[in-house]
Parts: sequence; C-alpha cells; structure tokens
Amino acid sequence: MYLALFIFFAVLCVAGALNLLLQRHPINSALSLIVVMTSLAVLYLLLGAQFLAAVQVIVYSGAIMVLFTFVIMLLNAGREEHTRGSRAAFLVGFPGAAVLLALLVQIFLSARGHLAQARLGEYVTATHTLSSVLFRDLLLPFEVTSVLILIAILGAVALARKEP
Amino acid sequence: MTVPLAYYLVLSAVLFSIGVAAFLIRRNIITVFLAIELMLNAVNLAFVTFAHQWRIVNGQIFVFFVMVVAAAEAAVGLAIIITIFRARNTLNIDQVDLMKL
Amino acid sequence: MNLLTFFLLSLLKIVVVLVIFLTAVAYTVLLERKLVGRIQNRWGPSRVGPFGLLQPLADGAKLFLKEDLIPANAHRPLFVLAPLIALACSLISIAVVPFGAPITWHGVDMFQISGVHIGLLVILGVTSVGVYGIALSGWSSNNKYSLLGALRGSAQIISYELALGLSLIGVVLRAGSFDLRTIVESQAAHGLRSWNFFGGYQFVAFFIYLMAAYAETNRSPFDLPEAESELTAGYHTEYSSMKFAMFFMAEYANMIIVACVATLLFFGGWTSPFGSLLPPIGGAVGAALLPVMWFVLKVFCFLCLYIWVRGTLPRFRYDQLMRFGWKFLMPLAIANIVVTSLCLALVA
Repeated sequence: MYLALFIFFAVLCVAGALNLLLQRHPINSALSLIVVMTSLAVLYLLLGAQFLAAVQVIVYSGAIMVLFTFVIMLLNAGREEHTRGSRAAFLVGFPGAAVLLALLVQIFLSARGHLAQARLGEYVTATHTLSSVLFRDLLLPFEVTSVLILIAILGAVALARKEP
Repeated sequence: MTVPLAYYLVLSAVLFSIGVAAFLIRRNIITVFLAIELMLNAVNLAFVTFAHQWRIVNGQIFVFFVMVVAAAEAAVGLAIIITIFRARNTLNIDQVDLMKL
Repeated sequence: MNLLTFFLLSLLKIVVVLVIFLTAVAYTVLLERKLVGRIQNRWGPSRVGPFGLLQPLADGAKLFLKEDLIPANAHRPLFVLAPLIALACSLISIAVVPFGAPITWHGVDMFQISGVHIGLLVILGVTSVGVYGIALSGWSSNNKYSLLGALRGSAQIISYELALGLSLIGVVLRAGSFDLRTIVESQAAHGLRSWNFFGGYQFVAFFIYLMAAYAETNRSPFDLPEAESELTAGYHTEYSSMKFAMFFMAEYANMIIVACVATLLFFGGWTSPFGSLLPPIGGAVGAALLPVMWFVLKVFCFLCLYIWVRGTLPRFRYDQLMRFGWKFLMPLAIANIVVTSLCLALVA
C-alpha cells in the first residue's frame, strides 16, 4: 500500500518535471509544475509532515503558481522560439544535468545502509511541536524573514509601478 | 510495507537534475524561473526526508523558510520579468543581453 | 477492523454524500431563483411541477442536451480541463466536513467521510487550487471578455484569500486544533453561549470571513469576474452545455461549502443552540439524526443570507473591491488575531 502510493506519486512527480522540461509553451510548464508540487505534498504526507503538506498546497500551488499563471496570462507569453543560445545550452545542459544526477544518485544509494525505512503513520509531526520549535528556538530567524518579506513587497511594488 | 528513505532522496535528486536541465536549456525567462522553483522543491523534499530520518522537526522548519524565500523571490522576480517585458517586448533570455537599452 | 468492510462502507458513504450534495446544489439554484424572485416581487419558477420543484431537473436536462461548442482558436486541452478543475475542487472539500455527532458504526465514522487532523487546512488548500479553473478557462477561451474576467477573478481570489485565512486564525487559537471536530466540540459546552460567534467574541472574524467568502465564491456584491453589464459572462462566456453546467455547479457547491465552514467554525456545527436545556429525544436514532438536522438548518440559514445579500446590494467597482480587501479587511483581520491571542494569553 505504502510502496504503491510512493511509486504512483513519485512517477507523477517525475512525469510532471519532465513535461516542464519538454513543453515549449510556458503555461504548460507552469501547469506541470503545479502537478509536481501537489504530488510532493502527498509525499510529505507519507513522510508524516501533515502541516507542511497543507502549507505546500496553500502556498506553492495556491499562491506562488497562481502568480506565475497570472503573469503568463498578463504578458500573453507565446511559444518560445529556437535561437543561437538554445543550441549551445542543449549541448552543455543535458550532459551536465546527467552527470549531476549520476553523482547524486551514486552518493544516496551508497549511503543506503545508514538510512531508515519509512512506514505509513509511524512518525507524524504534530502541529504544536512544529510551532514550539519555530516560535521558541528559531524566533530570531522567523522575525528576520518577516523583514525579508517586507523588503520583497517594497521591491515588487517599486518595480511593477509604471514610470511617472 | 516499507520504502527506504534513500528512494525519497533519489527522487529529490532526479527532480533537482531535471530542474537544472530545464534551467540551462529553456530560453523563456518564465520557464527558467519555474525551473528554479522546481529545484527549490526538490531540495525541500530532501529536507523533509532527513527530518523523518532523524526524527527532528528542524528539517521541516527549514522548508518553511525556503517557502518564504521562494514566495518573496517569486514576487520580486515576476515584477522584474514584467519590467523587462515592458522595456524590450520579449521574454527570450538571449535577447536580454544588454546592460542598458 | 476488516479492510474490505472499511473500503465498502467508505465507498457507500462517498456515494451517499455526493448524491445528497449534488441534489442540494441543484435545489440551491431553485432556492435562489425563488427567493430573488420574491425579493423582486415576482414568482420565480413556478411552471415545472408543483411550486416549480422540478425546475432543476428540467434545467439539467436542457443543459445536457445542448450542443457542446468549442471555439476554433481555443487552447483545446485546457478549455476542457478548466471546468473539471473548478468542479472537482469545489466537490473535494465536502470530504472533510463533519455534519453530525461522532457516531461510529463498524469502526467507520458515519457523518464524516474522512476525519483528518488538518481538516481546516485541507479545505483552505483545495479552495485555493480552485482558482485555476477560473484562470485557465479565461485564458484558454481566447476571448477578451473571458481573459478580463479571469484576470479579475484570480486577482480577487488571491487578495481575499489572505483575509479569509487570517480571519480563521482566531477560531483556531481558541480551539487549539485544525481538526474540524475538535473545533466544534470546543463550542459545544453551553449551547448558544459557547459558540465562537457569541461566547468566543469572534464576531469581527465572522464578518471578515463572510465578506471574504462572498469574494472567494464570486458572489454578488463581489461578482466582478462575471459582471454581465461589462464582461458579458466573464470567464465562462465561451462555455456551453455540460461545461457551463460544471461552472454553474461549482459556484453553488462552493457556496454550500462556505456555509458549512461558517457553521462549523462560528456557529457550533451540529450542536444544538439550546445546549443541555433541551432533553434528548428519540433515543439512539434521535441522538444521531437531531445533530444533522441542526447542521442542515444552520447551513440553510446561511444560504438564505447569501441570496438575500445578492438580491439587495449592488456590485462594487473593481478598485473599490481591491481597496476594501487590502486596506480594510486585512488590517482588521490582523488586529483580530492580536486581540484574540492577547485575551487568550491573559486568561491562561
């Protein structure tokens, strides 16, 4: 059951990511990224991170990606065309990514013996344990991120404003 | 039925590599930005997996911070994209190679 | 517990709830037409069946038999996908809504499809994904009115989602849980007096929620994405037949979900307003069915309020809508959180 769920959503993730890579129209890429993010939320659930799964759907699929589709709609972005740069990037990009993948997979599989096995419902994080760590031990980083968000808001407003 | 946590890490590596490839190959600036989000998500999966391995919630909290940074980055980045589109009327990154207009 | 009985009972539960929900959606449309008719001093539908009660069936048959048009330059896959997303996202939420007291039969909760610990977050998440139905339908129709409606709709929904989420935090703080059953049980002690709206002093939060929810479901006075006088029909201008019916059903299903959430969070869910003043009647059957009756009654009152508002208030202008959401509702919601948490800290 657990294995079946894992395989199904892992395959969905990889298929969505590949679709992002292969589609030429940005709206298709954005939609496949939404599929990836939503299936990642299910994988978080399988790993016992309930609250995180909900936040992943609300923040990533429901807010950030809506912003992306909104911008794609607003700029009416069309299919991308082949250019000089795309050939060179093709020659470097695929082998580079393949080497990176091989390296990472090699490392993870060699460390396989030290890693545990995941069972369904064996370790579930309660929301209040999360919040007690976040608001007690990590209060300063939390407050600093609020400043970061404020700066981001100011930057976005200043950038997107029409020239007077 | 169990799943080794190594599989989760391999999945995150696969997603990250696809993100890198898309970042390098795609020419549309929005798709490049989407590839960055994909890489961030892949790293998040690795964080959650390690939180499960060591039974410590700090890994999950790191994901919150990544999400906050991603949200801020998306807001600013999309504003930059809109500004570029207004100035040059293109979204192709090969044609955005001058420091000034 | 036997896995097979669990699956069969869950499947049965899903089918029964879905049938009741979809019937309720169809009859909410009739209720709206009837009530708005009375508000405007006319009869509303009265020809099909007694009091027009068969009107939803006739409407359904008509929409089902109409020709299904797809515009020539539409983005076909997304054009077909968009109404499905809209309808699916509005139907999924009912899975975590508890509509009766926690009574189990063969180890299966009878009045809730799935009792997850993060039920409230699930509802928020699913409704936030529902925006794609509107955004994609407008974009894929290749029609300027649809696109304008979709842009308006997605901007409006992103803006009001913040106020909506923040208004619920006061309730979550009081109950200390995201579990909808726990939230209801925290208001069950003394009937009316312990509901979050009266006893919990969350009426400010409730009004923020109410207004944000009107905007989220694209209902009047915030129905700008489908403003007939400016945008013909907004994002579903190009849709016909069953695809149009799906958008229509999604809107009314969203209305019912919003009414359910308001009932659960602010008005004590399935608990009786009289608390223990009313003696339990009807034995075991009464104990199971009376709470469901209270729940349905409260939801019905909310739907009537919805329709009353639609029949009364004119539409906002777009800049007024945005200003109201960001400059009034958001600060008010944050102030409500601060005051509520301060009071809770002082009491504790």
